[in-house]
Amino acid sequence: MRALKVLVFLLCLTPLGLLVWKGYQQDLGANPVDVITRATGKWTLVFLLITLSVTPVRKLAALPWLIRLRRMLGLFAFFYGTLHLTTYVWLDKFFNVQEMLHDIVKRRFITAGMTAFALMLPLALTSTAGWIRRLGGKRWQMLHRLIYFSATAAVIHFVWLVKADKRRPFMYGVVLLLLLAYRFAAWSMTKARTARKQQLAISS
Amino acid sequence: MLIKKPGDIPSSEITSKSNYFTRRKFITGAAATGAAIAAGLYLRNHDGPLEDTVHAGSKLSGIVKSQYSTTEKPTSFKDITNYNNYYEFGTDKYSPAGLAANFHTRPWTVSIEGMVKKPKKLDIDTILKLSPLEERIYRHRCVEGWSMVIPWVGFPLNALIKQAEPLGSAKFVAFETVFAPNQMPNQKSNDVLFWPYVEGLRMDEAMHPLTILAVGLYDEVLPNVDGAPLRLVVPWKYGFKGIKAIVKIRFADTMPPTTWNIMASNEYGFYSNVNPNVDHPRWSQKTERRIGDSLFAPKHPTLMFNGYSDQVASLYSGMDLKKYF
Repeated sequence: MRALKVLVFLLCLTPLGLLVWKGYQQDLGANPVDVITRATGKWTLVFLLITLSVTPVRKLAALPWLIRLRRMLGLFAFFYGTLHLTTYVWLDKFFNVQEMLHDIVKRRFITAGMTAFALMLPLALTSTAGWIRRLGGKRWQMLHRLIYFSATAAVIHFVWLVKADKRRPFMYGVVLLLLLAYRFAAWSMTKARTARKQQLAISS
Repeated sequence: MLIKKPGDIPSSEITSKSNYFTRRKFITGAAATGAAIAAGLYLRNHDGPLEDTVHAGSKLSGIVKSQYSTTEKPTSFKDITNYNNYYEFGTDKYSPAGLAANFHTRPWTVSIEGMVKKPKKLDIDTILKLSPLEERIYRHRCVEGWSMVIPWVGFPLNALIKQAEPLGSAKFVAFETVFAPNQMPNQKSNDVLFWPYVEGLRMDEAMHPLTILAVGLYDEVLPNVDGAPLRLVVPWKYGFKGIKAIVKIRFADTMPPTTWNIMASNEYGFYSNVNPNVDHPRWSQKTERRIGDSLFAPKHPTLMFNGYSDQVASLYSGMDLKKYF
């Protein structure tokens, strides 16, 4: 497991590695800031979706040990999200707070993006075993369902920022929808099962 | 990477029709006349303002400098030809360069129609000889918030308009890009935009000396990715007004539809003048990133009318530019 974790960790760092390497080689094209913004944004979204697919894949493919990778994957979503936000704050806005506040209020795609990030923040902070203990498993799980909203906000952020060709953001949207649909289906099946059990308990 | 494929026969090696016929004259004519014509032909082919070469990369000659050029440092040829919007080929800014590499710009006719005394179809090579070619080093501001300095080669649009003799009732000029779905992959469906791309100008904007039809870049034939063989350049407006690969110019008395305005009328107006005081609904237009600047270089402040206020502000006097954005 340890070796696997190290491997996955390194794999998760490759997008950043590639970006840094390209930057070092002066190979980021005519508009490097644009490339960095897009790459970090894309990988945030990808890691959010990968994190969300851990449970369905684990259950459907009967790979229970996958759960042990989930925290790392989620934290990588937060990591790339932080880089994405930093690119905006530093290289796009040059720490101009007024401009940024103006953006957040006025531009709905920025509002959506900031929401997605804000929702990830408590999840990253409470990702440790200590916090699971402190909050209690049930409450911790409730809190971490915020990822559904964070991922939704992230997809909306992408859809709203695109000028005309919405095919790619919609693709991410479809994947997210499937992942959420799985949860809804699983939830309604459990509910039905409990209801049946209760009925059985009453009738017996 | 740009991989250039050589064409079957370079057009430079094809004897033009006119040369072909004058050569006939030479054969049948007297030796003296013949010699004179031969000398004339030599000059025409070697020292004339234009050669019949049409390949991207071949030099244009006889280009004159212009008082309208900026002294700012031009963006590199590599960046100008590898980073731009050309939705017919690709919706990102990097893929059009490769996808447009084999686009055919010959034969090419431009139809001048609508409210004109002399509607006609002009061959591109005729258009190229319409007016002396000028170098116009212009600032170029994309609506997305990036900018370049581009050494265009072209001639004032008004030279072509004067030839067409529009009727007094013509108030607008409409432009249309070629519809060639076999060559322009995104034109195969309307998923992205409605094709062909259309643009328009008010007549006074079209007649303004700053408004040019560009046929070249950096003293060379215009690369396909930048809108060859003929594109519009209106330096005080956002870049998307500069319609590429033009096949139709129509004169009208009503404001013509324009592609991005059809797509999102709240974001892209008919005028689309560069204006730092009117934000795009999704981003600020106060500053711009100059392509070629270092990663950590601050953005440049965007100038009213892209810095061409002195020349064009009078066109819009009394107009509410927040309303007519």
